[in-house]
Amino acid sequence: MYHIKEYLIPESVEEACHVLSSDPRNHVALGGGCWLRLGERRIAKAVDLSRLDLNKIEEEAGWLVLGSGVTLRQLEIHPAVTARFSGMLGAAVSSIVGVQFRNMATVGGSICGRFGFSDVITALLSLDARVVFHRAGEMPLEQFLTSDGCPGDILTQVRIPDDGRQAAYESVRRSSTDFPVLTAAVSRTGEEWRISVGARPFVAMRSREAERCLKDGRGAAAAGAAAAEELRFGGNLRASEEYRRQIASVLVRRAAQRLEEEPG
Amino acid sequence: MNVTISVNGIPYTREISGDVMLLDFVRQCGCLSVKRGCDTSNCGLCTVWVEGTPVLSCSYPAARADGKQVTTLEGVRAEAESFGQCMARQGAEQCGYCSPGFIMTVLAMARELPDPTEEEIRHYLAGNLCRCTGYTSQLRAIREWLRERRQEDLE
Repeated sequence: MYHIKEYLIPESVEEACHVLSSDPRNHVALGGGCWLRLGERRIAKAVDLSRLDLNKIEEEAGWLVLGSGVTLRQLEIHPAVTARFSGMLGAAVSSIVGVQFRNMATVGGSICGRFGFSDVITALLSLDARVVFHRAGEMPLEQFLTSDGCPGDILTQVRIPDDGRQAAYESVRRSSTDFPVLTAAVSRTGEEWRISVGARPFVAMRSREAERCLKDGRGAAAAGAAAAEELRFGGNLRASEEYRRQIASVLVRRAAQRLEEEPG
Repeated sequence: MNVTISVNGIPYTREISGDVMLLDFVRQCGCLSVKRGCDTSNCGLCTVWVEGTPVLSCSYPAARADGKQVTTLEGVRAEAESFGQCMARQGAEQCGYCSPGFIMTVLAMARELPDPTEEEIRHYLAGNLCRCTGYTSQLRAIREWLRERRQEDLE
């Protein structure tokens, strides 16, 4: 069970950061709050980020900018998102629990949790997304995922290069709204490819070997095999390490094939 | 902390602790249609609307709803009754425990998607679990109700 001693609804990002950074272990930012009830936690101060005007989707020159409070449902239905990247962001989140859950869960909460099972992280990583923190500033999502995180700081934006890239997403789930057993996202800009594989069950990572396969024209099947070979997999209650490795090669191949068939 | 939440149009001012969820708040306001199911934001039983948007009240902090409009099944009774009749005719209600959350999601869908395809209906309702019906009768009830609504619009 969780326990919240004090619930705060700050009106500015700076105010929220001030509270969080004063005791990063016991002061907790609340994005969508969706997993609150799954945790065992005593929270001295819960800092609600829902009134900081962070839920906007903006089209800037060369960038699609998502506020960190944008909900997963917005990714699914907002025309600025569905019109880009072959609609991949919407496809990636569409199997996450149900509409009500996706009306609550936020992009920022999905990223900052650095959950291994995150469809959102898998998808954004393949799009070369960058994250912007109030204090730490802007960095590639990939760098954030491999860092120690930004405790006491607040993610304000996710910036995605709006470079006309095509993208495809694949996941395997034991039932349609369950956590994924494995996720794979592939994007293509001309001859440049990005491939990320998540829920291994570790957090998503790029497979640079698989990307090279596609760039060198060795084909989708070779890319799938390369991703399965290069990345680390593990077993848990949803699937074994061996199963995930097998599935990774299949999902990467399928997603890459879809993009090979489309003009780059 | 002190909050004022409008539940079905009636403002309720309460002193609450930070970990009270909206589910408990609305039940304490007498809205007993709102059911506790999984209590971990998975099953859809506790669906209510906040400012017209369906959310899972078991995981929505009541404090977050301060100053907002919350709607439960009690607040959409007439519309729910017309859909409820279709449910009864199609055998879409067995134990009935999931029905309030299911109805709130169906009514939200009808506002968002006036003429949904079969696939859109299934997708929109995917977060409402039912252990009795196997969903087929629920889908029949939705189709019948949408048909009736379209007919009424034409008349």
